[in-house]
Amino acid sequence: MATVHFTANLRRHVQCPSTEAPGATVAEVLDNVFAQFPFLRGYVVDEHGALRKHMVIFVNGIAVADRRGLGDPVPESGSEIFVMQALSGG
Amino acid sequence: MNQDKLRIATRKGLFTAGRQADGWRLDPPAFLGDNVSAVMRHPVSGALYAALDHGHFGVKLQRSRDDGATWEEIPVPAYPSPAEDAEPWVDIMGRTIPDSLQLIWCLEPGHPDQGERLWAGTVPGGLFRSDDGGDSWQLVESLWNDPSRKKWFGGGMDYPGIHSILVHPDRPGDITIAISCGGIWHSADDGATWESIGQGLEAPYTPPEHAFDPVIQDVHRLARCLGEPDRMWLQHHAGIYRSDDAGRNWRRIQPVSPGDFGFPVVVDPSNANRAWFVPEIKDEHRIPPDGQVAVNRTDDGGASFTTYREGLPGPLAYDLVFRHALDRGRDHGAIAMGSTTGGLWLSEDDGASWQTLSAHLPPVYAVRFDSTH
Repeated sequence: MATVHFTANLRRHVQCPSTEAPGATVAEVLDNVFAQFPFLRGYVVDEHGALRKHMVIFVNGIAVADRRGLGDPVPESGSEIFVMQALSGG
Repeated sequence: MNQDKLRIATRKGLFTAGRQADGWRLDPPAFLGDNVSAVMRHPVSGALYAALDHGHFGVKLQRSRDDGATWEEIPVPAYPSPAEDAEPWVDIMGRTIPDSLQLIWCLEPGHPDQGERLWAGTVPGGLFRSDDGGDSWQLVESLWNDPSRKKWFGGGMDYPGIHSILVHPDRPGDITIAISCGGIWHSADDGATWESIGQGLEAPYTPPEHAFDPVIQDVHRLARCLGEPDRMWLQHHAGIYRSDDAGRNWRRIQPVSPGDFGFPVVVDPSNANRAWFVPEIKDEHRIPPDGQVAVNRTDDGGASFTTYREGLPGPLAYDLVFRHALDRGRDHGAIAMGSTTGGLWLSEDDGASWQTLSAHLPPVYAVRFDSTH
């Protein structure tokens, strides 16, 4: 079981409280979170499941390596996953 | 209750202006701080649609069934995953075109006989259809899979995009679209098959052997006269054109003072010879001639133009009017115009004079009157 956290910037647009979800990979954990909050998926990944260009995901402090498939493993218990975005724009 | 409303899509929110007893009044925005790329009120259902571009978080669609009091997020059009062995689409500029939604550039209702039908024109060039008011979307694959799509390329944007969708007023399945840069395409069977049309359009900035290729033309905006649907007007990257056979053949209109570069075009629905344009200095400048914002109108099919400036800013004004930022209300004939500098103007005398609704909006992408038909 992992706990997934989202930034306040994202919470402004879509429901995404910190959520506990099971899964052996980042993709599996996120799929379980997206099942609870269906519109959240499109804010984090594109229509092909790839991490959006200016998004980043950390698993226990390490940025994921597989941005296309999010196949990075998630340790079985107590993992913390942070989903965040670049801070830019105007 | 007064129904005359104008929607203004801006870089920082969706504004609404309504006609009151003492004139038009601008209300506080929805989606304050967010980038609104397109807006439409569906004339059949009355639902409002707002396309948002959240940048890092992607493109979103919102719908309101209570005139903007509350909004709900609805699905966005999605591009299919390319085949494993598919070659990447690289345009003539060497740019790889993504297979994912980049922008919803325009929204149009289907024919009134088609209920809640919606069309969405997107970047990087996909046309999408919804038959359930936006609850689900289908890519028009016949167009997306046309081999000549590989010749399309981005104009002002990095990738090609569909900005104009015209449904024939008398024939629900007759659709004409325009692409920057991909020319004009027509379907007579509700999108099942497509034909590239547009003979006579010229891209003089390309090598001579490509200049008249219909598939590479940079159409800035395409408009049709609803009362005389074979008459179309077109603002091209290189001039103003007119067609009398529903877009198959085009004739460039010259001369046009103070210039024939620009983005929007609007046609009078009951007078095919009357159309409005916004002149800008081509094409690397994109500023009003003489620093004076103006609207050009022809009443004689392009034989002559009258330039109107009363009520518009200048000299020393540098507003650019984007392709969706000029609109004429079908129900009442008022004309609205918005600019990149945040100006919003309205004319109730066919463009001859203008009143300022605001000089301080965020950059305006689109203005659109509600329509009941």
